[in-house]
Amino acid sequence: MIPLQVVTIGLVALGGLAVVLVRDAVRQVLVLGFFGLGLIVLFMVFQAPDVALSEIVVSCVAFPFILLTALAKMRGGPK
Amino acid sequence: MSFLPYALAAWLFFVGLYGVVTSRHLVHLVVCLGVMQSSTYVLLLAIGYRTGKKAPIFLGVSPKVGAVDPVVQALTLTDVVVSVTTASLILALVIDIWKRSGTLDPDELRKEET
Amino acid sequence: MSRNTRLALFACSGATLAALFVWGLTGLPAFGGFQGEYGQILNRVTGQERHVTNVVAAIVFDYRGFDTLGEEFILFAAVMGVALLLREARGEGERRVDIVRSDFVRAVGLASVGPVVLVGLFTIAHGVLTPGGGFQGGVATASGLVLLWAAGRYRAYRRASPHALVDFAEWTGAGAYAAVGIAALVAGSAYLTNIVGLGVTGTLAAGGTIAILNLAAGLEVTAAVVLLCHEFLEELMS
Repeated sequence: MIPLQVVTIGLVALGGLAVVLVRDAVRQVLVLGFFGLGLIVLFMVFQAPDVALSEIVVSCVAFPFILLTALAKMRGGPK
Repeated sequence: MSFLPYALAAWLFFVGLYGVVTSRHLVHLVVCLGVMQSSTYVLLLAIGYRTGKKAPIFLGVSPKVGAVDPVVQALTLTDVVVSVTTASLILALVIDIWKRSGTLDPDELRKEET
Repeated sequence: MSRNTRLALFACSGATLAALFVWGLTGLPAFGGFQGEYGQILNRVTGQERHVTNVVAAIVFDYRGFDTLGEEFILFAAVMGVALLLREARGEGERRVDIVRSDFVRAVGLASVGPVVLVGLFTIAHGVLTPGGGFQGGVATASGLVLLWAAGRYRAYRRASPHALVDFAEWTGAGAYAAVGIAALVAGSAYLTNIVGLGVTGTLAAGGTIAILNLAAGLEVTAAVVLLCHEFLEELMS
């Protein structure tokens, strides 16, 4: 295993732990973006560019969008 | 050292599972489900990797050089896009729950039932 | 059962599951030593058999095309579920005001809509040659359309993606995929066989039905993601 793979694996493990430990939903979306970035680099280092492309568009655009819209809708407290 | 990617898959799975079980906010729960899903992608890609080989794209390259396994990549790439759609279905359910009961805390929802 | 009891139960069963998991994972071949024959055979023959250079796209749309049909219909069903859930409970509340006040955001955002949509379409079309394909490029194209809302006004976004057109695009994409399979049945082979003539390697029309199914999947994923974002935005705006 090349050192780049080892470093990326470590970063992804830290990122996954950070995503779970952040309790505030809005901040978690930002940390999810960084976790997605780590996953993208991991997929590229595992020689899977198609999967990395999918992960780029999903974790940087689609997933934060639906999460933030849902959170903005529910921000006003009980209806 | 060669066990490290599999250990990462197990780590992500159990960290996500811990987040789901101890969550106090339904949207936080959805994101932890996403972490669990990404553990399966890492496991699939780690299984298919072959040392020293490159990506299975042969534009201008002869197929004789060999590549990593393409079948697991095909499985993973459609799964990544479909997972965001199912996550949005769960979020639509969460919005519905919020409209009906006003709270997003799973423990309070359980107390309301009793 | 109380929260503490639940957590204690999770600790015990989680530890057992973790032990079994790690024991199972140690039985896998060493990282980098995968000897699966199917993938290696496909790497060698896809160039001649299908005239396609992206082996992953050939697997997704030809060798395992049936699984992709299932995935597309999961997408379809999930979007239908979101629409059903969110539309029936929507009231007629007052519309929120959505004005982007910063000129810089509006200028840069609206100027990027065209390039983003173009890059998305490029990724869809080149799926048979380079990394890319219907699924990745579809989400990218849809995000270009949603950028219209983020950088501009809701009304501009609605005018650019009228409801009837997006619905039509989605069921055309899903239906075209199934229809290509049925066309193969009509021509006398098995469902989803590659019956159209294979093109020249290195062009965008290579691979016969791979290129057609790629475009159908791209259309369907774009429309599905636009519909999803539309449902969530309607929720937010009302």
